[in-house]
Amino acid sequence: MDLSAINWLLLLASLMVASTPILLAAIGELVVEKAGVLNLGVEGMMITGAISGFAIAVETQSPLLGFVAAAIGGAVLALLFGFLTQVLLSNQVATGLALTLFGLGLSSLLGQSYIGIKPPLTGMIDIPFLADLPILGTIFFRHDLMVYISLLIVVAVWFLLKYTRIGLILRAVGENHDAAHALGYKVVRIRLMAIAFGGACAGLGGAYLSLIRVPQWTEGMTAGAGWIALAIVVFASWKPGRVILGAYLFGGVTVLQLNLQAAGLAIPVEYLSMSPYLITILVLVIMSADRSRTALNAPACLGRSFHASS
Amino acid sequence: MKLKTILTGAALALGLAGAAVAGSHGKTKVGFVYVGPIGDGGWTYEHNRGRLAVEKAFGDKVETTYIENVPEGPDAERVMTQMALKGVDLIFTTSFGYMDATINVAKKFPKVKFEHATGYKRADNVGTYSARFYEGRAVQGLIAGRMTKTNTIGYIASFPIPEVIRGINSSYLHAKKVNPNVDFKVVWVYTWFDPAKEADAAKVLIEQGADVILQHTDSTAPLAVAAATDNVIGFGQASDMAEYANGPRVSSIIDNWGPYYVARTKAVMDGTWKSDDTWDGIGAGMVKIGEMTDRIPADVQAEAKALEAKIASGEYKPFTGPINKQDGSVWLAAGETADDGTLAGMNFYVEGLKGDIPK
Repeated sequence: MDLSAINWLLLLASLMVASTPILLAAIGELVVEKAGVLNLGVEGMMITGAISGFAIAVETQSPLLGFVAAAIGGAVLALLFGFLTQVLLSNQVATGLALTLFGLGLSSLLGQSYIGIKPPLTGMIDIPFLADLPILGTIFFRHDLMVYISLLIVVAVWFLLKYTRIGLILRAVGENHDAAHALGYKVVRIRLMAIAFGGACAGLGGAYLSLIRVPQWTEGMTAGAGWIALAIVVFASWKPGRVILGAYLFGGVTVLQLNLQAAGLAIPVEYLSMSPYLITILVLVIMSADRSRTALNAPACLGRSFHASS
Repeated sequence: MKLKTILTGAALALGLAGAAVAGSHGKTKVGFVYVGPIGDGGWTYEHNRGRLAVEKAFGDKVETTYIENVPEGPDAERVMTQMALKGVDLIFTTSFGYMDATINVAKKFPKVKFEHATGYKRADNVGTYSARFYEGRAVQGLIAGRMTKTNTIGYIASFPIPEVIRGINSSYLHAKKVNPNVDFKVVWVYTWFDPAKEADAAKVLIEQGADVILQHTDSTAPLAVAAATDNVIGFGQASDMAEYANGPRVSSIIDNWGPYYVARTKAVMDGTWKSDDTWDGIGAGMVKIGEMTDRIPADVQAEAKALEAKIASGEYKPFTGPINKQDGSVWLAAGETADDGTLAGMNFYVEGLKGDIPK
């Protein structure tokens, strides 16, 4: 074992990179669930974002346009889900699962001619002055733009949900759609907007995989990241701040265990890989042990269909 | 109770009759179960090329089907059962983890022939086949040992199974032979296909000083990571991965399944199919070494090609003594070669490799 082989600064920096896709997807899903909708199609939206972002970035040679396209791609797919569940009132769980399968198929169809192509490189942004700070500079301030954007999105979501009228309305729709409707809020429209936002975030997360983290297009490349994002939302008990914690925990464990292995430390890899899931289950148990708390956290109308006549 | 039994019996008979009818209209049906997507650019991609070779060889006389992204576990059993129920005559299950599922399903469908890749459990209607990838690994190890400047070679391993361990041992032995200072860093990712994780593993190895990356996973992600650096090289795994030839990919190990799949399909058509165990290497053409790029100096290329030729002719075996096990005990005495049984069940590192194989 040689722990000195590990460059801890680079490890912490790559932890942020490894966590960004699931962070983006999870914060999007959090907003969707706060609005009372359970969209299990995160994986499908992510991979659709991964290919649409990749394709546009390759065609235009602009990673930025790629990310915009990824957000649009994810949002369009999400709106399909929105149309089915909000307008046609289909079952959200079944539709979400179908969305994942559909997204995986659609993306491999779209991606046929993009296998083996290199995407344009996304530049790193060294934040002036801060990047030169010892230790902190390497960890926090020498990343690509998307890492900062993902964190900004989380802060913005937290602020909007907590301190603004929009956030209040969104939460009202998620907690009690009948009451929100009685007050004159357009429940379906608000939910559709939340769903589109969730799709856009998932799309960004997917494009982060195909444009920066891997960077290439491979079929099925999200390989379950969308499901982890769903777990993180629960782990975070629907609080934006804890989504960062959850995403960095999941991402961190992956990177950490690879580093420890490369350094020759004999750790049982299986246990370390399991740990975030165990913690998620633990959080769920603790949450449900206290009934008043559960009521505070999970949106009361989560997964329930709304129709104005009911 | 009685009625139920009769009904079940009738249903079963109907089902069997249906299967018989489906199988009797002249076309031989061949099914393939894949662990990853056919667009992975590696392992599954090559198996699918084998499937296409079967279609090309027999034209209208065969009908092939495949299912991709089948997880190793209960899902695999379900997929195989479905294939067998649809009247498929020959099913290739193309991942180590399908071993028990293949045996279980084969018991239920004695008339259907199964071919399981890289496994060791056989039955009357289950044959196994694999390629001696470790022969290719020997050539790869030689090139890696000659090319590394940092004397650190990173190895992305998938699961701790004999096939993967053989690959690590073989490449290490041949790297060490040409470069006594070489050191291997092995990372187990516990997946065959997860581009993000494979990329993370490659990054970690590069951060820790590796300038040659060997992989035993299925996607091109590690090469994509290496492409972002100036000094790191890698190899195509399972497939040529020639799209990275202008960058980090200096050579490759190609699995060439086509001829085998064609021969086995022919055997089913002729009614001569028998369960057996095929394990071919460079000599038989099942393992090929992809074109070496100019990044490899001419003398190293010549050395590597000479080794490849010696392995192909059978003059040299990659596991030839003296070789000690990791704990220092003697495995092979000078001049002794490993028998296939030991190789098939290899569960130990050779001397010089650091770390433990996860249990």
